[in-house]
Parts: sequence; C-alpha cells; structure tokens
Amino acid sequence: MALEKITQVAGRGVYVPGEDLDTDRIIPARFMKCITFDGLGEFAFYDARSFAKADGQVHPLDDARFQGASILLSGSNFGCGSSREHAPQALYRFGIRAIVAESFAEIFFGNSITLGMPCVIASSEDIRAIAALIESDPAALLTLDLTEKKISIADTDFPVTIADHAHEALVSGKWDAIADLLEGLDAVKSRANALPYMAA
Amino acid sequence: MSKTLLDKVWEAHTVRTLPNGATQLLIGTHLIHEVTSPQAFGMLRDLGLKVLYPHRTFATVDHIVPTDERVEPFSDDLADAMIKALRQNCAENGITFFDLPTGKQGIVHIVGPEQGITQPGTTIACGDSHTSTHGAFGAIAFGIGTSQVRDVLATQTMALHKPKVRRVEVNGKLAPGVYAKDVILHIIRKLGVNGGLGYAYEFAGSTFDAFTQEERMTVCNMSIEGGARVGYVNPDNTTFEYLKGRPFAPKGADWDAAVARWKATASDADAKYDDVVTYNAADIAPTVTWGINPGQAIFIHEKVPFASEVPEKDRATAEEALSHMHLKSGDPIKGTKVDVAFLGSCTNGRLSDLQEVARHLKGRKVREGVKAIVVPGSQGVASVAESMGLAEIFRNAGFEWRGAGCSMCLGMNPDKLVGDQLCASSSNRNFKGRQGSPTGRTVLMSPLMVAAAAVTGEISDAREVFGVK
Repeated sequence: MALEKITQVAGRGVYVPGEDLDTDRIIPARFMKCITFDGLGEFAFYDARSFAKADGQVHPLDDARFQGASILLSGSNFGCGSSREHAPQALYRFGIRAIVAESFAEIFFGNSITLGMPCVIASSEDIRAIAALIESDPAALLTLDLTEKKISIADTDFPVTIADHAHEALVSGKWDAIADLLEGLDAVKSRANALPYMAA
Repeated sequence: MSKTLLDKVWEAHTVRTLPNGATQLLIGTHLIHEVTSPQAFGMLRDLGLKVLYPHRTFATVDHIVPTDERVEPFSDDLADAMIKALRQNCAENGITFFDLPTGKQGIVHIVGPEQGITQPGTTIACGDSHTSTHGAFGAIAFGIGTSQVRDVLATQTMALHKPKVRRVEVNGKLAPGVYAKDVILHIIRKLGVNGGLGYAYEFAGSTFDAFTQEERMTVCNMSIEGGARVGYVNPDNTTFEYLKGRPFAPKGADWDAAVARWKATASDADAKYDDVVTYNAADIAPTVTWGINPGQAIFIHEKVPFASEVPEKDRATAEEALSHMHLKSGDPIKGTKVDVAFLGSCTNGRLSDLQEVARHLKGRKVREGVKAIVVPGSQGVASVAESMGLAEIFRNAGFEWRGAGCSMCLGMNPDKLVGDQLCASSSNRNFKGRQGSPTGRTVLMSPLMVAAAAVTGEISDAREVFGVK
C-alpha cells in the first residue's frame, strides 16, 4: 500500500480562534450516527457556525473570503475530548489538509496523522501574525514545508514543530501504520503466545 | 528494578520497533461499540483483511441505545442501522457481543470490568476516550480512533509512543460527602485540561489505596479530561477481590498464578517518575464545574470567577464559558437553578454510585419542575440495583429509572437537553453542546450532588441537603 509522501501542503488559510476547541465542537455527537465517514464534511463546527449565523455573524468556515481554504489555524489543546476519528475526518472532508495550532490533544493528533493530515505547532504570536496576514489578504497562499519545518506566507517564514515520529511518518509516506503493522504479524503471534491471558 | 507499571506492561507487550521509531504494541484486549467500529470493519473489508484474534475483541452497544423504549426496530433509523451493523460484524467475525437480549449489555467501560475482562497488567484499547477507566485495574488502556480500531482488529497491535509517567499522589481521608469525582475534578482543576499531554497518570497515595475498585474507576475515567490518555492505579487486593469469580476472570490454579503475575506488575517502590504531584485529601471539597471544560471547576462554596482572575491565556475561554453558562462572575454557584438531573455514565453509573445516592435519597422527593433520570451503567448494574430495592427508592423520589447506556452523557440517543436547560450531571464532559442541545448547559458533579440538585431544584451542597456528617 504505497502512500503519498507528504512533504508540503499549500493552500489558503483560515483562522478559527479559540483554546481547547474540543471534538464535540468540531463534530457534535448527533452527527456521528452513521456507518461511514462520507458526508461528515458539512457538519464540521456545525453548532459554532449555526450560532454565528443566528447572531448575524459569519463563522470563518462560512466566510466567503476564506472559502476553499485548506490550512486551518487555531489555539492550544486543539481537538481535546473524545477519541472520535469523526473529528479529523469531518475537517478533512471539509477540505482541510493541514492544521497549525499551539498544541494538540494526543488522540486527535494521532488520528489526524493517520489520515495524512499534518498537525504542526507554532507559537501563539506567530499564529496571530499569520492570521493577520490571512485577514489582510485572504487569497494569499500558505505553504507548509515539512522538510524545512516552516510555514510561509507573503514571503515571511514562521518556524513550526512536529513530533519526530509523525514527521518521519508523513515525509516517508508511512502515515498510515497498517502496512508496517501487518509486516510484523509473526512477531505479534509469538508475543501473544507468551502472554497467558491471550490464550483462546 | 526501578520500574513503573507502565514500563513493565509496555515491555511485556512490545512486539518490535517500527521504522519511524514507534512501538508496535500488542493490545491484548479490544473493546468495541456501535459508533466507532462500523467504519473500521468497512476498512477491513476494503483491504481484504480478517480479524486476527476474534476471541480478544468484545462488543457491546451503548452510545445510541434508547433508555426508555428499547424495542427494535428503534424509532431512529440511523441508530437502528448502527446496532444492526454491529450485530452483523460480530456474527461474521466470531466476536463476543454483549447485545441487548443477553442481559449483559451496558456502557463498554462498565461491562469490561463487570465481566472480568479488564485485568491487571494487560493492554486494552477501545474507540472511546474514556477507555482510561480500565486503568483502575492496573491495565494500560488507550482511547483510539477508528483507523486504530481497524489496526487492532487486523493485527491486534497499534503503533504507539511510550508516554511519560506522572505520579499523582493524594493522601489522607476524604471528608464525608466528598467523593472520587471531587478528587478527579480537583486534580484536573489544578493540573489543567491539557496538563497531562504526553503523560500517563499513575494515581497513588493513601487516598487511592483506600478507594474501592469502583471509586478508582471514576478517577481513571476522567484522566483524559486532564489531557492524559492513560491513567492507572497499581493493582492490589482490592483489585483482586473485585475480579474474583467474575465470568472472564481466571479460575482455580490459573487464578493463583494470575494474582502472582498481577502483583508483580505494580510499580516498584523505587520506580522513577517523570513528574510527581501531591495533594491532600483534606483540602478537597465537593466540586462543581462552572464552565465549558472540566478544568473550569470550583468548590461548592466558592463564587463564579471573574474572567480577569484566570491566567491571561484562559481568559477568552472563561468569557465564552460565562456567556454560554449564563453565569455571573462573583455570584455563588450554589443556588443556580437546575432543570435536569442526570445520574449515570461511565464515570458514575456503577452500583456503588447508585447505592450511595439511594441511601441518602430515601424518602426525599425531586423538586417539581426538575426532570431527573437515573441511567444504570449496565443491565447487570440495573438488575442488581432493582433486586436491592434501589430502583424503587429512585422511582419513589421522582427519578425516572431507565435502561442501560451512555444516554445523556453525550446525547446520541433520544435523551437530550432541550434549549438552554441546565443539567446537574454525574458525567464527564461539560463541553458546549455535549448533552445534545447546542445551547444546553452542563454542570459536572458527584452523584450525591446531582441528587441534591434534583431535590432542591438548584445547585446545592449535598452535605447540607442530606445532613451528611
């Protein structure tokens, strides 16, 4: 199963500010009544978008200026809460291909990498600076360069970090672990045989 | 020796190191439910893969099951399709399914321990973040996404990185009316909702030593709310006594051998930790949340904070929380009007939770205008509670006695808040929209505090309401 080597993500950006944006916010549980992930994209941040609309405001994801954006920026502890893969799946199906935040909740991070959606960390100041540049020119192209570990917009570079293992997995095209795991099946069986509770 | 339980379990389950440096870790026990597994079975079919060890995966149905009208087909077509898909996937792959008619159905994190499937020194995974619950037995238990459910089905392993270990020590005796729920809310309040990022929490100290197995589960359950994917307590006689005689627990000579193995998995006295924090049980009072994450918590006698009082970084979230909760800074949290009282969930839906509440609730009445429901965590809990007369006490008080499931913890079944109702809840998350209404408001607290809120119609100090001394 050859996967694409993900070294760069380029696209327009959208800033969804907030700390601790949890998975219930990203995809409310009532939209998880499904047996496939198809069609989840339209429910990304559903309630937050509806609230904005009801208040006569526009949520960044509905703002015409940011339509088609593929790089999402946010605050710290992004994706905290539930382990639902529905959350990164909804963002991916909405069109997001990379997320830049101050920090990520662990399960969300792992789920995103497995989809080949890089989650990189930038400082609060840099995220605000990038958000300001997007605000002043929504058509500006952002380039996330995983090899150089930087994100660029309007000739300005900002450093980003990502855990080494996730970096390696993305750039080597091994972000979905299943192929590697399957290669170890003989070793799995001998390890399982050594554990009494694994006996049939 | 100098090893933690995590070190030992990790070592015993390591298959190999993968090319990117991750560990291929054997997952001995896999628990599945209807929400996060159907896509994983779909992926298996697409890849032409089979379930490697069907006897090590156990299924139940919890998130979407109605708790009142449980006759199939369910009135919700989507929910009905989900239970049918799980039933079919289990039948096709030879997986044990604690289905509705078995009398063993319930919330996956209550069923595993109840059946004796959850055992010390093992690794457990489930497509649900509250899998950390099983750490109460000295297991290393991970909440996982659906692609990892696929990985475990196909290979009985996952690619993982070993977390650091923080020993979270609580010592001393809790005051009457203060419970395990208050302890974990206090810990999250102190360490923050992302304080556990990259860590496993080892809960230790004389308070945890004295806890029952079910109290330990309440604490480990909410590790993830503090950002720690894994939480555990070292196994001891309390653990072994709880497991003895349960359906999937070892029997006869196997039992003695298992206990010897389990004892050896506990952290060594000279184990090294990446971090240690210590709290005094005597400093903890009944705790309730005021905001939209579990770290936004105060003691019942405290006032709703001003956004200006919280660290600058958390200020915007605090303002958003105050606005969502319709709470005014400087007001006492006590006395806030309550519309709904929810007693249940994988945090506090066990027999001991219901027993403790029933003991105090007997002869009292739910305040008019408050909708109060009890959702036992499993059919097993429900049936024992009924035979003990607990259901009767709840019904007489004006609580609705429901069937087992996740229910109003996350509002995926018909049990949802309506509009901006405020719910006194024994569950684990107060996120915006969590209980099924986008504008609904959740205040997390211990089961007895939920009962106190139900009786008075407002957030109350259960110690005063029930004369707990």
